[in-house]
Amino acid sequence: MVAQETFQFFSLVEKMSAREVYGKKMAEIGSKDERIVVLTADLMRSNRTGDFQKAHPERFFNVGIAEQNMMGIAAGLALDGKIPFVSTMATFATMRACEQVRTDICYANLPVRIVATHGGLTTGAGPTHYGQEDLAIMRSLPNMTVIAPGDPNQIGKVVEASIDWEGPMYIRIGRGGEPIVYKEEYKYEIGKAITVKDGNHLALIATGSIVFHALMAAEKLAKEGIQARVIDMHTIKPLDKETVIKAAQETGAIITAEDHTVFGGLGSAVAEVLADEGIACKFKRLGIPDLFAGYGEPEYLYHLYGYDAEGIYAAAKNLLK
Amino acid sequence: MENIDMELVRRLEDKAADIRKQLIDMTYAIGHAHLGGALSMCDIAVALYYHFLNFNPKAPKAPDRDRLVLSKGHSGCLFYNIFADLGMYDKEELYNGYNRIGGRFGQHPNRKYIEGFEASTGSLGHGLSIAVGMAFAGRMDRARWRVYCITGDGELNEGSNWEAMMLAAHHQFGNLVAIVDRNRIQGNGWTEDTVALEPLASKWESFGWEVRVIEDGNDMKQVVEALAALPPSDPVERRKPICLIANTVKGKGIAFMENEPKWHAGGLSKEKRDECIRLIEEARRARG
Repeated sequence: MVAQETFQFFSLVEKMSAREVYGKKMAEIGSKDERIVVLTADLMRSNRTGDFQKAHPERFFNVGIAEQNMMGIAAGLALDGKIPFVSTMATFATMRACEQVRTDICYANLPVRIVATHGGLTTGAGPTHYGQEDLAIMRSLPNMTVIAPGDPNQIGKVVEASIDWEGPMYIRIGRGGEPIVYKEEYKYEIGKAITVKDGNHLALIATGSIVFHALMAAEKLAKEGIQARVIDMHTIKPLDKETVIKAAQETGAIITAEDHTVFGGLGSAVAEVLADEGIACKFKRLGIPDLFAGYGEPEYLYHLYGYDAEGIYAAAKNLLK
Repeated sequence: MENIDMELVRRLEDKAADIRKQLIDMTYAIGHAHLGGALSMCDIAVALYYHFLNFNPKAPKAPDRDRLVLSKGHSGCLFYNIFADLGMYDKEELYNGYNRIGGRFGQHPNRKYIEGFEASTGSLGHGLSIAVGMAFAGRMDRARWRVYCITGDGELNEGSNWEAMMLAAHHQFGNLVAIVDRNRIQGNGWTEDTVALEPLASKWESFGWEVRVIEDGNDMKQVVEALAALPPSDPVERRKPICLIANTVKGKGIAFMENEPKWHAGGLSKEKRDECIRLIEEARRARG
């Protein structure tokens, strides 16, 4: 169990870029598996796929600024036995090319891996470039697996685990510069949440870049004697229902936190499990409210909309009143 | 053209008449089908599946087969009849299972449930991108097979086609052929009254394709000539991808359906069914 070690280390903030980790991992696994093809819609610098391009130029394609075409091409490649890793920003992957993702890729249940960068409000480029609805959209597509790695290094584990995973995957990462949560080696399994800190007073269920904030909130709560359980729900679909049910039963209070609209993402997924199971507990969803987020750096916006460490801490205090 | 094998042309004409009859019978049996566009591309599809494609109905997933992506998925009903005629499915099952609860033959084909289809299509403007993906795969694998993509003309309204065209031309695929079923009618009327496509050939050309026009895509001789004249598929050679624009007639072969936008899709009474069969047989006899 990594819980305690992580808990002790996390306050020493060390940042990494999931995009860098992704780029290096792709170059590495590309050498092991010839089925792997990397596509980008003219964002190889943003998507950090340059290492793969150098190592395997014959399996790297910049299709230009044409996301719909890219998703169709990925489907065609997968129909012929390839494993395409497709990268663009979350907003374009899930909205500009949504129907191609749904009909060409998900309907045929093809092993296309959509690695979407700049998820949530991480881009700093404003609403046109925010990926604030992507998890909700992808979660509604049959056959799609939806993942938001809990720290920048986790993307490497996700990519490795993806090779033998059946069907399409949507893997959402940020812009980069997210804090490292995991300092020790740990086991990663798609669909199995990781409890990064134990506690029985309440459960903080977070995903992606917000896992770190949940841990910081838990540290502050711990100083006041409140032991929060922190769960890295890296796989939004299929959701690890058991871990959610157990958290509700053992703590009686759940807060979800995500860099995503509160509609349809992690919070909704957890709420659905609780409602379906008939479990009553204190519950609060944190995330982007029903608006187009304003301009600003992610840390500022996370704070503004109340899902950074301070916001999670305040919500926890309020919930336990 | 002196080199055209007229015996082949006659055989394919005969087969196209058979398939038209089967399509009519299926439509009568099930009550509704997308007839217009199926009839317009019938002659090309028959020429491909009964002669030009490297396709073995007994091994429809053979790795070396030619790939055909049917972008105009609503014409799947034509292919159902071709594949049934080739012995791939039972005709009873097709008639009982087309667009029915529990049936595997949808109005638009799902490759997961029915063999012969390379992609699950139906939403327009998707096929060419998928075909380009296959052309990439073929090039990577140095494979000899060719990718054909049959698009409708109305669906060229979709911008994604033009993304795919630009990219295919940029990569100079020698293993990709697009065929446009240019029947000039789309869902709600004539293409030229909706969003004019002309000059269509020069549009494809300006996007970097070599365009060859089949003046009458319902004339089997012209279809055979055009398909026979295609250069051999080559995964490595870089050349302009080829687009065959086949001028066809929507509803071809059934006089009262020809060039009638309302026959995009429909059903047939017993009388109408009998009239269709009579028209097809008359045309067959007239050819001699």
